[in-house]
Amino acid sequence: MIRIENITKRFAETTVLKGISAVFEKGKTNLIIGQSGSGKTVLMKSIVGLHEVDEGEIYYNDTLFNKLSFNEKKLLRREVGMLFQGSALFDSATVQENVMYPLDMFTNKSFDEKLERVNFCLHRVNMDDSNSLFPSELSGGMKKRVAIARAIALNPRYLFCDEPNSGLDPKTSIVIDELIKEITEEYDITTIVNTHDMNSVMGIGDKIIFIYKGQKWWEGTKEDILQSDNKELNDFVFASKLAKRIRFGTE
Amino acid sequence: MLIRLFHTIGEYILFLGKVITKPEKWWIFYRETVKEIEKLGLNSIGIIAIISAFMGAVITIQTAYNTENPLLPNYLIGVAARDSILLEFSSTIVALILAGKVGSNIASEIGTMRVTEQIDALEIMGVNSASYLVLPKVVAAMVFNPFLCIMSIFVGIAGGWAVGSFTGVITTQQYLEGILYVFIPYYITYAVIKTVVFAFIITSISSFYGYTVSGGSLEVGSSSTKAVVYSSVVVLLFNLILTQLLLS
Repeated sequence: MIRIENITKRFAETTVLKGISAVFEKGKTNLIIGQSGSGKTVLMKSIVGLHEVDEGEIYYNDTLFNKLSFNEKKLLRREVGMLFQGSALFDSATVQENVMYPLDMFTNKSFDEKLERVNFCLHRVNMDDSNSLFPSELSGGMKKRVAIARAIALNPRYLFCDEPNSGLDPKTSIVIDELIKEITEEYDITTIVNTHDMNSVMGIGDKIIFIYKGQKWWEGTKEDILQSDNKELNDFVFASKLAKRIRFGTE
Repeated sequence: MLIRLFHTIGEYILFLGKVITKPEKWWIFYRETVKEIEKLGLNSIGIIAIISAFMGAVITIQTAYNTENPLLPNYLIGVAARDSILLEFSSTIVALILAGKVGSNIASEIGTMRVTEQIDALEIMGVNSASYLVLPKVVAAMVFNPFLCIMSIFVGIAGGWAVGSFTGVITTQQYLEGILYVFIPYYITYAVIKTVVFAFIITSISSFYGYTVSGGSLEVGSSSTKAVVYSSVVVLLFNLILTQLLLS
């Protein structure tokens, strides 16, 4: 479980996050949604510590993350896996080397043991027999799957996914979404997904937080969205004419 | 502008603080250093050899044409070629060439890793990305560049001999006499010390500009240019300081 309290983040004179509090539950796919520029990527990067917050507290279970020393943060981060928007695979390394990287760095396993784990993770994301390929030889969806395999290599307790469907076709997006949800439930981890893909919201959103202009504007489940009368949320979720017609019976 | 300069120097020192730390795993550090020796060192042998040969040749011909005086013995052409190559060419000029070749390579490689979030991925895993990415490059260059410098000295002198003999401005006997005349072995130590310092400057400054880039491909290109320009300027500045310190 991850809990954030009154998170505020400023860049120079601009306040990007304004006192956001939320609880991200274990074993659930927690979604942060909002328009581009609303502050959801900054929020996620603040939670994982890539940005220092100006105010507020971030708890990983009962550990106050933003007061930890550099080395303590490093230790905690070994329990964190993250899937980046652009996959962030190491270009100069093969698929096998990418997935094996965290195992090389943080375990003392033999090469055979590490290879077994790599093959297991690649099998889990349906990327068997891709060990010797380089990232440049993979499609966008394949890169995302390899990035997920790398993120779960060390059995993380927390999984962060920053716009996992960006640049993917709808069918591949569903495959990635389902994979994230399956892994979350299978390993009982706390997963936070940043997205503005409404298929994801309605498909895997166990808990949804809507960020609007740097503030938490709404919180609920995918079922609650359909009943909500929050204007900003409805404008975002039912942005297309088709969606408006389905939701409200009018454009 | 002055404040900006001090701010950048401060950032660079903090960056070095992150870089110069104990590696997470020594065998990974060793593996990465060997890779960097190949990438930054072995792959530079060709260009350094070509440039050294031509520079040695040009120094020999220019000295010959500018000392056409019956009172000056011909072997002085060899002396001038030797000292020019030893004192300045094989350390400073080679460092400037490497600042262009290696510096832009490092800055663009690390800069691309930054803008494609590969460095963020390392940080999320709990890896000290600055140390992991930069320390092997710095160590590789500091270990291997002295070999490039020594090679450059030999190739430069050989280039001077070849063109001197071919054009007939100096005989082999006279050239060798000049090379050996009042030879000061300390000059080799001097060249190697400068090369080691320059290797640190080139790799660390280029890495700094790559590591701190933000934006996209345009900024990566710009950081690559800055890396070459600033590492060249700092190499020249330290050349002055080291020459004063080591030869005075």
